[in-house]
Amino acid sequence: MQFSSYDTQGFYDEMFEGSGRPRAHARLLLETVESLSQGQLLRYKHAAERLLLQMGITFNVYGDAAGTERIFPFDLIPRIVPAGEWDRIERGLQQRVRVLNAFIDDIYHDQKILKDGTIPSDVVLSAVSYRKQCQGLNPPRRVWCHITGTDLVRDRDGQYYVLEDNLRVPSGVSYVLENREVLKRIFPAVFEGLSVRPVAEYPSRLLEMLESIAPGGRANPCVVMLTPGIHNSAYFEHSFLAQQMGVRLVEGRDLVANDRGVFMRTTKGPERVDVIYRRIDDDFLDPEAFRPDSLLGVPGLMAAYQAGRVALANAPGNGVADDKVIYAYVPEMIRYYEGDDAILPNVPTYLCWRDSDRSYVLEHLAELVVKSANESGGYGMLVGPHSTRKQQEEFAAKIQANPRNFIAQPTLGLSRVPTIVDENFEGRHVDLRPYILCGKEIYVLPGGLTRVAMTKGSLVVNSSQGGGSKDTWVLERGPAQEQTGGAGGQQQ
Amino acid sequence: MRAASQPLLSRVADSIYWMGRYIERAENVARFLGVNQNLMLDLPREYGGQWEPIVDTSGDRAIFHEHYGAGTEENVVQFLAFDLRNRNSICSCVLAARENARSVRETISSEMWEQINSLYLLVMEESRKPVEVLPEFCHQVRMACHLFQGVTDVTMSHNEAWHFIRLGTTLERADKTTRMLDVKYFILLPAVADVGTPYDDIQWAAVLKSVSGFEMYRKRYGRISPERIVEFLLLDGEFPRAVRHCIGLADQSLHAITGTPAGAFSCVSEQRIGLLRSELDYAQSEAVIKSGLHEFFDALEAKMNRIDECILGDFFVQSFATAQGSRTAP
Repeated sequence: MQFSSYDTQGFYDEMFEGSGRPRAHARLLLETVESLSQGQLLRYKHAAERLLLQMGITFNVYGDAAGTERIFPFDLIPRIVPAGEWDRIERGLQQRVRVLNAFIDDIYHDQKILKDGTIPSDVVLSAVSYRKQCQGLNPPRRVWCHITGTDLVRDRDGQYYVLEDNLRVPSGVSYVLENREVLKRIFPAVFEGLSVRPVAEYPSRLLEMLESIAPGGRANPCVVMLTPGIHNSAYFEHSFLAQQMGVRLVEGRDLVANDRGVFMRTTKGPERVDVIYRRIDDDFLDPEAFRPDSLLGVPGLMAAYQAGRVALANAPGNGVADDKVIYAYVPEMIRYYEGDDAILPNVPTYLCWRDSDRSYVLEHLAELVVKSANESGGYGMLVGPHSTRKQQEEFAAKIQANPRNFIAQPTLGLSRVPTIVDENFEGRHVDLRPYILCGKEIYVLPGGLTRVAMTKGSLVVNSSQGGGSKDTWVLERGPAQEQTGGAGGQQQ
Repeated sequence: MRAASQPLLSRVADSIYWMGRYIERAENVARFLGVNQNLMLDLPREYGGQWEPIVDTSGDRAIFHEHYGAGTEENVVQFLAFDLRNRNSICSCVLAARENARSVRETISSEMWEQINSLYLLVMEESRKPVEVLPEFCHQVRMACHLFQGVTDVTMSHNEAWHFIRLGTTLERADKTTRMLDVKYFILLPAVADVGTPYDDIQWAAVLKSVSGFEMYRKRYGRISPERIVEFLLLDGEFPRAVRHCIGLADQSLHAITGTPAGAFSCVSEQRIGLLRSELDYAQSEAVIKSGLHEFFDALEAKMNRIDECILGDFFVQSFATAQGSRTAP
């Protein structure tokens, strides 16, 4: 299979400057792929699919009774991020996570940023994800966002933008690790001649961070991972990370919380738990504090947390900064807390609670992407150019009924990467979700999850909506990379 | 000082114990089916049709008659291999084993998970089409189960979780050997007229093959005799499927789990398994046969069931449990 007929169709392509003109950092990879004998790449592709199925790297699709487990489609052609581009992404993400922590801590304490009028306080306090219960809380190290999975996208201009922060329970990092393992096992030759930064240290970093937030700096703390159970769509990831860290994977029913702390039921009686990496949303965490009908959570967990008996990652209440309306204010937050400009800009965002923004949005529904402030996973959104008249009318009605709950953004021409489609390469739109750990320091896993909209022309990359993924390579700095150098070529 | 190993979650202990049991059960059912078909091909017509007794080895005659008519080969194979309404069919066991494995995936090794997943894919694939070659299917299932047990031995630390797997596996194995002997002994014994005919020999050899014991029996006793077979499968200390051998291993694993020295006990399950072990250690086959083999088998099965219940109470259900989830039980 050759790239000779590959067409970038005017989009920013991660591998090509234009049709027939590969970027410097992609040249070697493209040559390796082209040097394969006829049919070899497709054989690798099938081998990778078999391997993923055998390894049981699957996700559950809600509302799909037959075959509830599916493999997450994996494309063999990696996405490359040159060293210079990565440096800037890394600094931008560190800045953002630092500031978001400062913001959340401020909101749950003095609310200086609201008092100073930088952000309207009714916007923040009306957020569904704002938790009164967290007012005055002091989580260990004052960290609220321990694990973040920021979504970045690139527009036609090649500029990276932050699309969402995903502060609550971001998922997908297991696919980053497993994609790399599968590619190394199936197609080792593709790495030849290139220095790709490894991703395998993530579980150790994660464990180290979790241990560092133990209440009272306890030595050798007992860390556990809390999952909603095997029917959750991300269960594979929960079990995988627990296994890789060597910590126990618990369900709500395994834990008991009381005024002395949180304990798990073991064959040798109750055992104290110090740190919980929870993969359950705030709402379901504790029926006594949040939704009383939750069967997944642990009654009394919030009380034990508030009493400082146990640490939770991520901290409850941090979703306030994940609200898509509040997201729009992150550049102001960065200026407010650090006096700097955002290294990674936001996507321009219209806030429907503002009268002028709302009338613009209602007039331009066919061009914009409209999102509700608190949904994720590609649900509750309208992609204007791909929508029907009827859908637009439905959204217009929803926006007018509850303007606070909606934002709109221009439809971006997401960047593309060559992807195997049938027996050819075609460009498919991608995003990038790097993972950031925040404890004593802020660590960014080199690379992240590149999600691919496998359907031709689609901009929706979510796995629940038929998206796939690619291995993401951050290259070590070397002579080949210096040429493309700097912060992503033609930007700024 | 070395760090103490982490105690297991009760839920994990429960699931991992049943994972072990279900894999062993699937392997046994596959073996019974394979051996029986082999035997039927050797026997003349008037002996044929002995398919229904293997339904008895898993104790599911009532469910069988509820859904099927005659105990024909086709019906029994469908029921024991693929029918999901039969919770002891190969398919049901493999599904249950995988579901349990999935819920303890962080406790077992990746290699174990991959192997149980391959077995699951194999069985699902086969269940979608009519069985072409039953012996080959049974063989593949058996080897996949053996591979899982081997992989378990060499990729997982022999820690508390591993001992729960072995506890489940050996108790299941002892149970199946007992049931097999119980069923077959009383079918074969009344045929006094056949004693000394080639068919008698073939049928008893099949009993041994049903528990992979033919070759090992030959080495130990040479000629086939029903009494020696009972002694071998019930009381041998070295043959891996002999009931006494299995109970010995189960007893060791239970002590490894509790940390109680051999010969002592710290909970009911430990006490009961110790009693059973010493009973088998000091039993004599002549005396057992004289006093009534069927009664002995019945009592043995009852004791093993009681041990299983005690393990549940001692380890899986904690007294301070408030809301206990449903248990993936036999």
